[in-house]
Amino acid sequence: MTERDAIDYPLAPIAAIEPPAEWEELRQQCPVAHVRLPSGDQAALLTRYDDVRQLIADPRFARNSSEKDAARISMLDQQESPIPRLGEGHQRWRRMLTKWFTAKRMAELRPRIEAMAEQLVDEMVAQGQPADLRASFGFPLPVWVICDLLGVPNEDRDRFSHWSDTFLSVSRYTQDEVDTAQAEFTTYMAGHVAAKRVAPGEDLLGDLITRADAAGEYLSDDALVATGKGLLIAGHETTTNMIGKMMAMLLADRTHWEQLLADPTLVRTAVEETLRYDANAGFGLTRYVDEDVELPGGTLPAGTTAICSLGSANRDESVFPDAADLDLSRSPNLHISFGVGPHSCVGQSLARTELQVVLEVLLRRLPTLALGVPVGELPPVKGLLVGGLQKVPVVW
Amino acid sequence: MKVIVDQDKCVASGQCVTAAMDVFDQRDEDGIVVLLTDTPPDELAVDVHQAAAVCPALAIVVED
Repeated sequence: MTERDAIDYPLAPIAAIEPPAEWEELRQQCPVAHVRLPSGDQAALLTRYDDVRQLIADPRFARNSSEKDAARISMLDQQESPIPRLGEGHQRWRRMLTKWFTAKRMAELRPRIEAMAEQLVDEMVAQGQPADLRASFGFPLPVWVICDLLGVPNEDRDRFSHWSDTFLSVSRYTQDEVDTAQAEFTTYMAGHVAAKRVAPGEDLLGDLITRADAAGEYLSDDALVATGKGLLIAGHETTTNMIGKMMAMLLADRTHWEQLLADPTLVRTAVEETLRYDANAGFGLTRYVDEDVELPGGTLPAGTTAICSLGSANRDESVFPDAADLDLSRSPNLHISFGVGPHSCVGQSLARTELQVVLEVLLRRLPTLALGVPVGELPPVKGLLVGGLQKVPVVW
Repeated sequence: MKVIVDQDKCVASGQCVTAAMDVFDQRDEDGIVVLLTDTPPDELAVDVHQAAAVCPALAIVVED
């Protein structure tokens, strides 16, 4: 599987928005690389677009499992879930959710998200500059949106923010704090689900309670709680980080920001391009393969845990001409930042809508926006799974 | 131009609707793709090809 010794993964931390030096070399010379994880377990790292795309779209495989020989990556992989991981059961569960993420729903939701973004800009401006765009804007916005989807009242938004923060930021909290947050969140959601059984309301969670899936089955309380938790984990920190990274990319070389000010119709393609360009995309998607898989770049023997680097795939020159350039009008842009296939991001339309709204509102409200520190001084998040920036200081 | 969609593969991302709303729609109950016409006029060819290219489920095939 490899022409060289195992390398340590994740790769050495990178500066703000620059890709690790190893990506290009691996894509050229070692598309299926042998890596060693922090747990000491071994895995195969895929860095080419074609290999990554084919494996993550393969319906036979899901993310890393509790199989005995699967590599240990995080605690999340070791927990049993009441939500089906694969096949028809997974599709039935997923299709209960997708009603809430259609293009029509997004058009309806957009004005609400705009109002939230406007409110957050008002509050940030009132507190004066410099401001941390992540803390004042990027962090609260996605959690407010998720609370709305789940029918969680506004006064509980701060608690949701705190729980979400502890779930994924393992290094900043003690194990006790993480365990406490998990328990508090589960208790809260169980109570919330019980209240919704009495009065379902007009939101996603109420809909999941009252509606049967395609096989005529209803979700259990455990599955409802797990779904709520899944939406929070999948939708909050990732979007928060992407807002920060998107703004850092667009402000690092201010000609990009000026290009958008001159032509705001570029917002959609600009969002897609920053999603593609994201070099700090986190750990990557894992797949545990329980049978041999032939990929263009090599063979994965049964029992392999593969790590698919979406960030590297999105910089593959064979698919993206001038891949190292941020081209705000790039089209078509076949980046795979949301994955592809049956496990691709269920909330991708919502993430896109949030990012577009963020950009539109900031362009309109704060046209003089600029980074408060040189881009090289933006501190990357110290975590394993989700890549981002700890702070994004801005002035205007 | 003939368009074929695979509703079983569809993951309801809505990307096709954004690319070509006169050709693709989504079912209200689960967002799965619905074809409004399987033989769209030639002036929509660029949009339809874009929809097929950006589909994260590879659920759209266009035959020219």
